[in-house]
Amino acid sequence: MTMPKQQTTPRVPAVAGAGPAAGVRLTDVAVRFRSKKRDVTALSDVSLDVAPGEFVAIVGPSGCGKSTLLKLVAGLLTASSGDVLLGGERVTGPRHDIGYVFQRAALLEWRSALRNILLQAEIRRMEPAVARARADELIRMTGLGGFEDAYPHELSGGMQQRVALCRALLHEPPVLLMDEPFGALDALTREQMNTELNRIWRTTGTTVLLVTHSISEAVYLADRVVVMSPRPGTVTEIIEVGLPAERDYSETLGRPEFRAAAAHIRDLLGAVSAHD
Amino acid sequence: MSQSALSKRPAALVVWWVIAAAELIEAYLVPSPGATLDVLTSKAGYLWQHTWVTTYETLLGFAIAVVVGVLAAVVMVYSSTVERTLYPILLFAQVVPKIAIAPLFVVWLGFGIAPKILIAVLIAFFPVVISMVTGLKAVDPEMLQLSATMGAKPWQTFVKIRFPASLPHLFSGLKVAVTLAVTGAVVGEFVGANEGLGYVILQANGNLDTPMLFAGLLVMSLIGVVLFVVVEIAEKLLLPWHASRRDTSATTTF
Ligand SMILES: Nc1ncnc2c1ncn2[C@@H]1O[C@H](COP(=O)(O)OP(=O)(O)O)[C@@H](O)[C@H]1O
Ligand SMILES: [Mg+2]
Repeated sequence: MTMPKQQTTPRVPAVAGAGPAAGVRLTDVAVRFRSKKRDVTALSDVSLDVAPGEFVAIVGPSGCGKSTLLKLVAGLLTASSGDVLLGGERVTGPRHDIGYVFQRAALLEWRSALRNILLQAEIRRMEPAVARARADELIRMTGLGGFEDAYPHELSGGMQQRVALCRALLHEPPVLLMDEPFGALDALTREQMNTELNRIWRTTGTTVLLVTHSISEAVYLADRVVVMSPRPGTVTEIIEVGLPAERDYSETLGRPEFRAAAAHIRDLLGAVSAHD
Repeated sequence: MSQSALSKRPAALVVWWVIAAAELIEAYLVPSPGATLDVLTSKAGYLWQHTWVTTYETLLGFAIAVVVGVLAAVVMVYSSTVERTLYPILLFAQVVPKIAIAPLFVVWLGFGIAPKILIAVLIAFFPVVISMVTGLKAVDPEMLQLSATMGAKPWQTFVKIRFPASLPHLFSGLKVAVTLAVTGAVVGEFVGANEGLGYVILQANGNLDTPMLFAGLLVMSLIGVVLFVVVEIAEKLLLPWHASRRDTSATTTF
């Protein structure tokens, strides 16, 4: 595991053993996909500065380049122009100091929940005892206790996504990237997952970039919400949510700051695309 | 095994028995089930000896086809240059009629076991390669991206993700391949052999010994069915996660 060389002060004090959070900086980033048929400009002129330990949510219409942005940070894609920095280091290839969660849990169906989580440890050659202890801690934190030996097809969508989240957090990544992680879940499960994610973020102190289609999810979870415009994706506005880090779900949804931020984001999205 | 397939088997037997009993067709053309059963029991030793030969050729051919087929598929998936060169050759080997080239193999390799195994390999190879290539390519791209963020070495990705993910596809190819391997071995025996079920059938045919011919056919089919079931059991044992998932969604496997 490559540790970031600088910017190692998490905004929220981390629990014992938690990895230091890292910052993310995008400067004038553009991404163009070239194919024989057509060229697509997925992102243009995107600049974003995420502090270590910060929770940033990204919302925007479909196809505006949200997934592309996360893949840039992970080093799964390279920018056509501009700079991407993670933990102060320029991103040039796949980065190992991140955790990634997709909309689909992407679990290995021949492995139990626990062994899916431990895939991360096996590939990184982590100390088995350390990895196992960390996995147990995450399993407890996400309420997966008792399902360690269950196979993915025996788990509900919410449970599968919890496994994916545990796997992404096993190596205590300085940055957690989540691409519409709860998009396929029912509303109630989604609320539960939001509450859990808020608690996990506070305990681990990791930096989080979350792509979501849900405005309330974005406002409930994030310090700041990035609103993007339709293709080619640009940053329309960045909204400071201004809520305390620890947030009770129903209490937060009733707060005036929450409502103001949500209404403002809805306006922005409505202004840029009528259909989303 | 579906319900209708089960109920059709006794029905076929009844039709056969009625045809024979009513002497609708001359007995030397279609023997009665009784006469066939008689041969199966009275010539059991003779049949068993030749059954073993055919089974041995089939299994050896199948095993070689699996090893070579899986290796070829892996190389093809990891190198597009190899894929481009190998695919036309494979396709040619597949479309050329094996029965037509079988005599050539006998000329080249003699009357021994070698040409039979070669034909079994040639005939069983294609479904193995195709199913394995499909399986290796069908892996979830997000899973590959995840393994990239984990810093996986290519062999780690192969061993922990790609290969296990390809096994359900491979097994459907293996089920086709194992039944084809029986055909391959028998085709090899037809063009030149002094043992094996193909030889038994040719001899019986020459002597107008239809009960023996039918007995040979029956045993040959039985080898195919038994090997198919063995592969299916192996699949259930090796891929319990796949079988249980499939059983909840699919209705019939036979
Ligand atoms: N590999 C690719 N090749 C070509 N075009 C792509 C590729 N990936 C994404 N795109 C295009 O880039 C745009 C942004 O995609 P994406 O980042 O997935 O959007 P979002 O996640 O916001 O829905 C889309 O128009 C999509 O079609
Ligand atoms: Mg997307």
